[in-house]
This record gives sequence, structure tokens and C-alpha cells, in this order.
Amino acid sequence: MAEFWHGYVWPTIIVVAEILCVLVPLLLTIAYYTYAERKVLAFAQLRKGPNVVGPFGLLQPIADAIKMLWKETIIPSGANRVIFIAAPIVTVALALVAWAVIPFDQGMVISNINVGILYLFAISSLSVYGTIMAGWASNSRYAFLGALRSAAQMVSYEVSIGFVLVTVLLCAGSLNLTDIVMAQDHYWLGFIPGWFVIPLLPMAVVFFVSGLAETNRAPFDLAEGESELVAGFHVEYSAMTWLLFFMGEYGNMILVCAMTSILFLGGWLSPIPLEPFTWIPGPIWLIAKILFVMFLFLWVRATFPRFRYDQLMRLGWKVFLPLSLFWLVLTAGVLTAMGWVPSH
Amino acid sequence: MILPAIMFYLFSAVAIASGVMVVSARNPVHSVLFLILAFFNAAGLFVLMGAEFLAMILVIVYVGAVAVLFLFVVMMLDIDFAQLRTGAMKYLPVGLVVGLILLAELVLVFGSWAIAPQVASVVAAPLPAASGFSNTRALGDLLYTRYFFAFQVAGMILLVAMIGAIVLTLRHRAGVRRQVIAEQLARQRAETIAVVKVRVGAGIDAEAAE
Repeated sequence: MAEFWHGYVWPTIIVVAEILCVLVPLLLTIAYYTYAERKVLAFAQLRKGPNVVGPFGLLQPIADAIKMLWKETIIPSGANRVIFIAAPIVTVALALVAWAVIPFDQGMVISNINVGILYLFAISSLSVYGTIMAGWASNSRYAFLGALRSAAQMVSYEVSIGFVLVTVLLCAGSLNLTDIVMAQDHYWLGFIPGWFVIPLLPMAVVFFVSGLAETNRAPFDLAEGESELVAGFHVEYSAMTWLLFFMGEYGNMILVCAMTSILFLGGWLSPIPLEPFTWIPGPIWLIAKILFVMFLFLWVRATFPRFRYDQLMRLGWKVFLPLSLFWLVLTAGVLTAMGWVPSH
Repeated sequence: MILPAIMFYLFSAVAIASGVMVVSARNPVHSVLFLILAFFNAAGLFVLMGAEFLAMILVIVYVGAVAVLFLFVVMMLDIDFAQLRTGAMKYLPVGLVVGLILLAELVLVFGSWAIAPQVASVVAAPLPAASGFSNTRALGDLLYTRYFFAFQVAGMILLVAMIGAIVLTLRHRAGVRRQVIAEQLARQRAETIAVVKVRVGAGIDAEAAE
């Protein structure tokens, strides 16, 4: 009995507690990211944004969630019921499971697997299924067109994301996310942080823009281009099912921000190697970096008009793919020529 | 030890069940979705065996790219279920032959395991069991040294196939106005705008005619 307790029950309790410690703040962040988005867009457009529910409109996400819960879930009569219901579940589940490998500090990670970055890449390449299943199961032309658009778009931009990841791997010499962060734990000339964003700046930009396209965010939000497709792949969804899509989209955005922070912005490392800054615990630095990249997402949305679809494909295949391939070969060449290849 | 056993039977049961559903589902889209489920469970089995790199590559390549394209094609088909089922009987002999060949091959492989278990260790396993480093590195060491030639040849074949597909489908249509972004960006003010003084009562055409 004691063996059963220590071998199975206690580890399960610990793992569930760890998962809750990540997921509950994550879900709250998703809720308040929608609020932040409306506020940032409002300030960018000289409006006030949500300011009625609660002080500064802070209870607006809660009110929205309650409204969504009480509404009726409508399933179109021509829809394929099982896939129609499964699509939003797949979307939100994939957006949440990826957080299992995100390290918040040295050793502060739910699952420290050897191939963490491949796991993240695999999960983010799966998120296309939620969209494509929703578009097909809705049995609606707008939804189908949106799904086709987003499937082609996500597959295209994944290629350059893959090359960017390989470039980072070359510099870090490991597929483990903790090792990737620790490979950035040095300072050039004693004060410039050794984050990968500095030697790999073009790759960081490619990764960020591809991240926008991968999460179907403005200016690449053609999957739900409301001026042409009404709402794209989720036009037939309502209430809870629609809310799940929304949560999945924002969860994926936060995930891409976390990946950018870990791969290029030094994860939980302090930007300045001096006393008062090194006292601040690592998770705070990581969260600050994630919030900064999240703000960039909103800033981009407020600034740029939507791309035309052929321009989007041109950018992905004719600009980003050759650029990232070239930079990959260049990085490998420089690392080999200078003898900087990391060895483990 | 009981937990890995439970997971193994779970993954393999779901993989086999979804494999059966791939061939028996009436709707092709359901077939592809079951195929994805089968891939996923195969990846789970790889993880159980400690081959985490293969598992992730399976998910990235097959589920993330190949199956998306399958789904893409199947979703665009205009499916007539009645017609689909009349065709099934016609292809039954071919299917049976393929199945029999596969069965014979499996019997050969497992039979050789049972009869001469020492043969496998002679034919395969060119590296001593990897110790001290991850299987990602072991795989890379092997693939880029001993099997470098085969690896590159496989890559070249894929490249040739890709170029062949592009050559077969590419056609240049005459009279299509394409957007050249470099040209657009290189436009200067002088070549696009002309400031004209227009006389009152005479249009801009009259001005240009003079």
C-alpha cells in the first residue's frame, strides 16, 4: 500500500498540482489578453476601450465569459456533429498542452524532455487541425474557404519556422529548452546579454512574423477576414464552442510569445548582470519578456493593414524561406569556421 | 512497471482500432482523421520505447504536413457515397493480393526472429548500444557518417521528384498581369505624377492636346 502511495498516487498529485499552477494563470492571462487587446487597440485609435464593467472595465473578460456560458450552442443541421464539436476542443487542448515543456526557471518545468523544441514545433504544427476540421464540419462555404486559407498559410509558414528553430539549435547545441536558455547565459563585453536575438536578429524577425502568420493574427488573419468571409472558419460557431476557439487562438499567441522569449530573449535570464536586477527571480523576467512580445502582437495589429493572400504566400515562400535557408547555411558556416560549434 | 504496460496496451489498442476505422469508415474525411489518430498513437508507442526523436518527427512530418495535405485533397472531393461502395467490390481482388503479400512479409520477418534470433544482431545494430548521450545524437552520428551516402541519395531523389512535380504542373499563361513588388517599390514621384496647370473652361484633355 505504501509503495502504491509513493509510486503512483503522490506523483500524480504533484503532477496535477504543477499542471494547475501553469494552467490557471494561463487561462487568466488569456482572459485578460482580450481585455489588453481591446485597451491597446482603443488607445492606438484614440478611443477609450472597455471601461464600464468594473473599475477601468477590468471585469469585462469575466462578463464576456459569463455571457458566452449562458448562450445557446447552435449546431447547424447540415454540420457533421462529432467533428463540429471536436474541432474547438482540439484547438484549445493543443494550445494548452504545449505549456508542459515551457521552462519558467532552472528546473521549474512540468516536463523537462530532451526534445522540448521538437515537441513545441509538433504541437504548433497540429493546431491547423482545429481550424480545418471546423471549416469542413460547418458545411458552409465561408467556413470552408477560411479553413483552406488558414491550412495553406500555416503549412507555408511552418517551413520557415522550422529553419529558424534549426538555426537556434545550431547555436545552442541542444534540443532541450532549458539548455537553449542556459546557452544564452553569458554577457558579451561584460554587459551585453548573450541572447540569440543579437547574433540571429534576422531570424528573430522571421520567427516573430511567421508566428503572427501561424496564429492567424493580423496582418495575416485571412482565415477569418471579416470583410470577405464574415468570420472565416468559425462563422457557424456560437457560445461555448466559439469561446473555445477564442481561447485557443489567444493561448497559441501567448505560446508563440513564450517561444520567442525562450529562444531569442534569454528566457528567465536577467538582461543586466548587476546586483538589483539579479535579485529578481527568473519567472518574473520570463513573464516580463512574454508580456513585451504580447504587446508587440497587439501593436502590429493596430498598425498594419491585412495582407492580400497572394502577397502572404509570396512573403512566406519567396522571401522568408530563402532568407532563413541562407541564414541557416551562414550560421553553420560561421560556427564551423570559427570553431564555435557547441559540444555536449 | 505496470504503468508503461497499461500505456502500451492503450496506445496499441487505439492505433489498431483507428487503423481498422481508416479502411472501414464510410466518409473519406473520417478516414483521414482516423489515420491521424493512428499516427499519433504510433508516436506514443515510440515515446514508450524511448525513441522520443522519432516520435516527434513522426508527428511533425506525418501529422503536421502529410496528413494536412491528405485532408486538403479529400475535403475538396465531391464524394458520392453510393458510387464509392460499388467500386469497392471491383478492387477487392487487388486489395486481397496486396494484403496477402504484406502478410507473407510479416510472417517471414517474425518467423526469422523465432527461428534464428541471432541473425538480427548480425544484420542490423552497427553501433554499440548508445550510452551516455541522447538517441537524437546517436541517430545523427549514424546518419551523417556511416549512412551519409544513402541519406544524400534519398534527399536527391525527393528533390528530383519535387522539381518533376513542379515542371509537370507549371504553365505560363500569356496575358496575365503579375505584380512585381520590386517595380512598385522602385517607382519615383517624377514618373507617376505630373503637375498640370488647367485653364478654366478647358479640360485636362484640351491641355494635353496642345
